[in-house]
Amino acid sequence: MRSKHMKKAAWIAFFVTPGLLVVFVFILMPLFMSMFNSLFGWNQLIRLDFSGLDNFRKLFGSYPYQERFTNALGNNVKWFVMTMVLQNLAGLLFGYVLSKRIAGSQVYRRIFFIPVLFSIVAVGFLWGLYLRPNGMVNALLGAAGLEQYQSAWLGNASTATYAIILVNIWRWLGFPSLVFMTAIDNVPAECTEAAYLDGANEWQLFTKVVFPLIIPSVTIITVLTIIGSLNVFEQVYTMAGLDGAPNYATDTIGTLFYRTAFGSVDSGAPEIGVGSAISVVIYLMTFAISLLSIGITRSKEVEL
Amino acid sequence: MKKLLLTLMALVLLLSSLALPMSAEAVTEIQFWTWRPEDTNFYEKVIAQFEEANPTIKVTINAIKNTEYNTILSAALAGDSAPDVFMSRAYGGLQTFADSGYMLALDDLMPELKEFSEATRMGATSITDGKIYGVPAVSQTMLCFYNKKVYEELGLEVPKTWDQFIANLQACKDAGYDALANGTKEGWCCEFLFGGAGASQYSGNDFYNKVVAGETTFEDPIFVSAVNDMLSLTPFMPNMYEGVAYTDMQASFINEMSAHFVGGSYEAGYFKAENPELDFDIFPVPGKTEADPAYVSVYADMNFAIAASSKKQDAALAFVKFLATPEFGAQVVNELAMVSSIPGVDVSANPFIAKVLELQKNNTPYLFLVGFRYNQPTGSSLFQAAAQGMMAKQLTAEEVCKQVQEGIATYYVPFQK
Repeated sequence: MRSKHMKKAAWIAFFVTPGLLVVFVFILMPLFMSMFNSLFGWNQLIRLDFSGLDNFRKLFGSYPYQERFTNALGNNVKWFVMTMVLQNLAGLLFGYVLSKRIAGSQVYRRIFFIPVLFSIVAVGFLWGLYLRPNGMVNALLGAAGLEQYQSAWLGNASTATYAIILVNIWRWLGFPSLVFMTAIDNVPAECTEAAYLDGANEWQLFTKVVFPLIIPSVTIITVLTIIGSLNVFEQVYTMAGLDGAPNYATDTIGTLFYRTAFGSVDSGAPEIGVGSAISVVIYLMTFAISLLSIGITRSKEVEL
Repeated sequence: MKKLLLTLMALVLLLSSLALPMSAEAVTEIQFWTWRPEDTNFYEKVIAQFEEANPTIKVTINAIKNTEYNTILSAALAGDSAPDVFMSRAYGGLQTFADSGYMLALDDLMPELKEFSEATRMGATSITDGKIYGVPAVSQTMLCFYNKKVYEELGLEVPKTWDQFIANLQACKDAGYDALANGTKEGWCCEFLFGGAGASQYSGNDFYNKVVAGETTFEDPIFVSAVNDMLSLTPFMPNMYEGVAYTDMQASFINEMSAHFVGGSYEAGYFKAENPELDFDIFPVPGKTEADPAYVSVYADMNFAIAASSKKQDAALAFVKFLATPEFGAQVVNELAMVSSIPGVDVSANPFIAKVLELQKNNTPYLFLVGFRYNQPTGSSLFQAAAQGMMAKQLTAEEVCKQVQEGIATYYVPFQK
């Protein structure tokens, strides 16, 4: 009996260890290393003595870090709000419509999901070309007689961040659509039928029956949006570079972290201490906000 | 039978593994890293020449994309996969690796470095200990390229004053060209636009020496006025120049859609390669009067350095010494169309380089890179972002100068008096 247990434990260990190792080496170690590094003074690439919370004090209390951090965080909030409102609402709508099995829904489903499979760099590069002053977007506007709306989309401080966010939404839209569609498909037919028989209209059906039942998916999508919005980096990097150009309009805490920790070729020296401090702050924020939002949406879940 | 076969195979394996290090003993293999994948062919040729002269050394080249080079190199130097010889940035970029103890000081190993001009050595010298950590490779010069065909077509002459420069731009604009190819989508493009067009306006070295010594600030009226002059170029820049990226600027000048390109001398090779028909020449952007010297901003770029951790420093030194010979310098000039820093290089075969050297007679250090890129926030990062704001009409020249001054004053001792 005992040896059977032992055998089972050995097998579990055999299957779990590789995964644990990967998580430890590539996720936990870097996390703790950056926490560790953030508590030390640095001279260029050499770690000096333990300096307590000095790097955090520098980040939150001195020029230019403080301004840059607030500015970057403000952009992350823009990312979150726009993604939440545009991407996830549209995703919910598409998911709902797709689950109605309208004619051609199989085709639409695939089309919506295709951009999710594209490489981030390719999307950033191509949309960067489309959004150039003489790119496709301005050409289309010109052809439609809307010259007054033509703009240097990625070069204008007022449009750059929004342009990048919209491209990201374009890329990701298929994901919430698919998740919501599956969730809506899983709503038991008895419930919807009962609601119909009781005379509920489409809107009531959606708000009173379907939506409460897909709250778990909403939780997942919300948490993923929060994490995604706080960690955004690649899309900005490929479309606007590391420096938050123009004039920090597209800066996010991700690009700020990278630029601070590793230095930017065209403008400056690395500051690993402050950079690590930023990464720790990103981690803590993501963790805390995710917990909070899980708590809030959990309380709204209903049991059948 | 099977056993015998296996034993035989094992023996063969054992012997071949023994044989390998024996033949490798004679040849020392060193790694050379560069951030210019576009020049790989050039370096392979140079390495072939070196290996012919030094049969006991084999050099392997590893080219890494420019924007990722620093990150990958720092990781390699901190770990144990460091190259033996690597291309290093200059000034603050060199400081990072020199202060970290990753570079070998060359003062005693290479007495020939004393022959290099002081300006080029400065880019390879650590300001912490004053030692030289690399062989200066090239110097770059910020100036104005112009399309000779357009100048002939419109009957223009090389401008001698700022007003003539503006008049030429206006004439090109009226003729339907983009007078100036420059855009401001990337911050560093603002910095080189100012390096090319601004130096004569703030009177070059006079201001540079004073501001470095802390005798004046970036809010000096002459500097503010120079920044304003840069702003006055916007009517001659392409439509929606805020969104025009570096590669768009290059393409516009190469395809003869624009008449001028303010930028670095390093563009020449690329311009020629992309459009051999392109007939261009250069001039320094002039100052307010003809009597004012027309300055070009100059900086040392690229150094060849030896990793302190290299176990094959003798071979590495031999290779780096080879990269400091006038023969190598001549190839840099003739094949890469760059201004070699090596003294005694014959440039007569390349009239463009000869002309750049002539313009360098009125040289001034490329302001923020040479003087203020050692600490965060660097002068470059401050100026690049603020200038972008100004060119997009969100900030005034006064605000740009104030931001630069206040940012640098947070660490620059001469400003804290």
